[in-house]
Amino acid sequence: MAGNLWVVAENWRGKVSDVTFELLALGRELADGLGVSLEAVLLCHQEKEFTRDLGAADTVLFLDHPSLAEPTAESYGAALAQLIQERKPQGVLVPLSNVSWDWVGVLPAMLGAPYLNFCKDVRVVDGKIEACCLLYGGKMEARVASASPAILGILPGARPAANGRIQKQASVEEVKVEFEKTPEVTFKQYIEPEQGGVDITQQPVLVSVGRGIGSQDNLAIAEALAAALSGAVSGSRPVIDQGWLPLSRQVGKSGATVKPKLYLAVGISGAPEHVEGMKNSELIIAINTDPQAPIFQVAHYGIVGDAMDTLSALTEELQKASARKGA
Amino acid sequence: MNNLATELERSTCELTLENLLLTPEGQRVLTCIQCGTCAGTCPYGEVMDYPPRRIINMLRAGLLEEVYQSDSLLNCVACYACKAKCPRKIDLTGVLLPLVKEQVLLRRPEIPAELQKALENTMRYGNPMGESPRKRAAWVKSAGVPVRIFQEDPRPADVLWQVECYNSYYPRGRDASRATAKIFHALGIDFAILGNEEKCAGECGRLSWETGLSNTLMEYNMEVFGKYKFNRIVTSSPHAYDAFRYRYPVIGFNYELEHTVPFLARHVDRLKPLLKRKLNYTVTYHDSCCLGRHNSVYQEPRALLEAIPGIKLVEMTHNRVNSICCGGGGGGMWLDTYYKAQGRERLSERRVKEAVATGADVLAIACDYEVSRFEDALKVLDHDKKMVVRDITELLAEAMEV
Amino acid sequence: MHTVVLLKMVPDVVEELEVAADGRSLDTEFLRLILNERDNHALELALLLKERHGGKVTAVAFDAPEVDEVLFAALAKGADRAVKVTGAEPGLSTRTAAYSLALVLPTVDGLLPADFILAGCQAIDDLDGMMAPLLAQEMKLPYLGLVSSVTLDSADRKATVQKEYAGGVHGEFEVRLPAVLGIQAAEKPPRYVPVAKVRAAMKSQTIEVAPVPTLANGGEAAFHVLSMAKLEAAGHAEILEGTPEEIASKIAEVLVARGVL
Repeated sequence: MAGNLWVVAENWRGKVSDVTFELLALGRELADGLGVSLEAVLLCHQEKEFTRDLGAADTVLFLDHPSLAEPTAESYGAALAQLIQERKPQGVLVPLSNVSWDWVGVLPAMLGAPYLNFCKDVRVVDGKIEACCLLYGGKMEARVASASPAILGILPGARPAANGRIQKQASVEEVKVEFEKTPEVTFKQYIEPEQGGVDITQQPVLVSVGRGIGSQDNLAIAEALAAALSGAVSGSRPVIDQGWLPLSRQVGKSGATVKPKLYLAVGISGAPEHVEGMKNSELIIAINTDPQAPIFQVAHYGIVGDAMDTLSALTEELQKASARKGA
Repeated sequence: MNNLATELERSTCELTLENLLLTPEGQRVLTCIQCGTCAGTCPYGEVMDYPPRRIINMLRAGLLEEVYQSDSLLNCVACYACKAKCPRKIDLTGVLLPLVKEQVLLRRPEIPAELQKALENTMRYGNPMGESPRKRAAWVKSAGVPVRIFQEDPRPADVLWQVECYNSYYPRGRDASRATAKIFHALGIDFAILGNEEKCAGECGRLSWETGLSNTLMEYNMEVFGKYKFNRIVTSSPHAYDAFRYRYPVIGFNYELEHTVPFLARHVDRLKPLLKRKLNYTVTYHDSCCLGRHNSVYQEPRALLEAIPGIKLVEMTHNRVNSICCGGGGGGMWLDTYYKAQGRERLSERRVKEAVATGADVLAIACDYEVSRFEDALKVLDHDKKMVVRDITELLAEAMEV
Repeated sequence: MHTVVLLKMVPDVVEELEVAADGRSLDTEFLRLILNERDNHALELALLLKERHGGKVTAVAFDAPEVDEVLFAALAKGADRAVKVTGAEPGLSTRTAAYSLALVLPTVDGLLPADFILAGCQAIDDLDGMMAPLLAQEMKLPYLGLVSSVTLDSADRKATVQKEYAGGVHGEFEVRLPAVLGIQAAEKPPRYVPVAKVRAAMKSQTIEVAPVPTLANGGEAAFHVLSMAKLEAAGHAEILEGTPEEIASKIAEVLVARGVL
């Protein structure tokens, strides 16, 4: 008998992550397509109330144990491996996020089960699971089928989270697993980023710079434009790695998720780790010299060409316009 | 191929500071009279802890290690001003300074990020921009005239035209390349380019201390040149010209060599009748360091400009041998952020102020590093409505349009 | 202290990527490989640890085009040994590579036990898994990923690492050594190595070779790529054209229309 479709919920620092609901929305489609039940798996420590959020699933398998207070590879990996071996789902959707990173990495080897990474979409085709995976920094997509049970690493944004928030009480089953090993990894503390300065998640306009700006010098041009637009400058990972902008300005997987009215992506290629942090911006305009840059997939408007020329021209245009208004 | 490598390594290994002093050039270094003209003429002389004069003094005192520990030499833009003015005719820029610079940069725990990227890109992709080599000849499609590429059509040509990186990949550089192609075509020059096989000539590496990079490019370029038959190399880049003229002979380069400007100047009589359109511009010409001061090419660019009907030439205060560097040499092209962090005025801005003071409409140039530097400086100083930057070839091509 | 760093060659996306005639894989005609960026950070971190605590760094990579230069560069930067793993099929899945490495590493003289095994936290061609955690599991070692800082406590055979989370939050964890870490970033950008030093390394140092032992079972592929396609670039964005001034004008119009201005 074919197994069920699982979604592993993600909860972190007292909250069920948005990505869980995206996975539930996707999971529901797949479970229905396969004609099986959708089960959500919640691993936690003393957070049973989260089961109420997972109404999109038919059943919530709920595991409460002190070892599961923080999502480490050994604890979550071991727990899920046991559960999956016992219950034999045919597919398990797992979130590709910083929080779940470690256990998602080890789980396939713990189980000896196939794993598909970078899934931007999953569908049921001829009764089987088929994933669409983004490769090479988002430049190629591959349709991939795998043997069962398959663990599928789902990129943020696969489905709208709203579709996974269902006000319904799923049936909850408490399950138990054995934790034998002494943990080799111990959680110490969370370190908050330095406060003060600009909160890019609150900005209406972001002029976001990537590797394509070429030099730290060109930041001044971006800043001038941001000022003209009453916004702020943000950046993708490479710019932060270089030390040209502080960590607080980083947009993307390890940085902030932003939803400004205008996101101007300057010299940013649009790799998935960045796009997940800004794809819900209201208006996205991208400038890149590479016409094949993945950023153009998510942008509403695109300019293929030199960023600095366009930015300077735009700053001038805006300054002229505001001078006209003032006149 | 191996012989080439050994030749190269032997020649550059020979030129260390230790055995430099055993060569005639090194002996000349020791005749320094400590007059300080080098430091006085250096565009960044007042901020250098160790201008050439002091370096030679430290060398004599056996205290070079102190110089190596200083950042001072990162400010050298390899403009040849010190060498040109030295009363003892010591080849500071070509010989002494690169050797010292190499030691400085080898000792630094890290090099400025922009420079690092440019060097890594040049090594990997043959251009500092980090663009795919397969896009190097993309500009040819929009040239408007046929441009033969040796790889596709290996028949012999009279001229191998070495376009170089900025003129292949940068939009404004491509403007100059298209203009040059039009002029060559109109003159009936039998030319071809290496296209995607072309890689940086490597002068940037040599002058910014990365001799390993330069040597690698020299080996590669000699091999590629060897595949085709041509009578001469003409290059749009004064830096490439310098590389070919002064470095490459050590591994057997002995092709006829010219920069586009003197080459076209030789054809000025055939060019003149084609310059039908009157351009009513006042033009001031910037003597680039490599072409001008280093190779004494002053008369030819002016001859070309004056051949254009309607052009009025005005000179900047510092012209010909006294020209002020745009700041792009010696790795300066990729050290602007570093200089800014030091609170330094950029040389390109200093120069542009002089250009604007002449009242000219056009700042004419002949070096591929300059267009972006001067256009940037014009923008920063808010003069970009007063004056535009044009390569000489762009002006010639404009005058050819009917 | 001994650190092993795993270096992987991945497609260089500066070159246009094309789909091969079979419709399911990358066209290799103009394909160039480059060191996985995150692995470069892992190498940098290993070198920083060596500078701080002494010990040795060994770089390990599967045989691939241009890998020799990468291994010599690692040696020139300060790695003590370089090992090239040969005999594996090209285009290995990450899963199979991890499995093979777990078999090969113990056969290399003096390589194990290592205190740290570092690899980049991910690579752009990781279709079926990520190297560091899979290898950790195969070798039964603890693992932490997305690591951006490592502090060693050699007396107690422990390390304190910081992991990156969204919003600039860092998580601090302690891990018993030996451990496998997936590196997101070193504390400094990867250092430059002069070409002359790499060439010197090519002359004076050697890359050791470690053949892959025959796998216990060839294994049927756990997954099948049915098709691969370039993302239709600009399939989504409306491309604005013209001079910078014209484009600026158009953008200003859009901004007004969308209520941004």
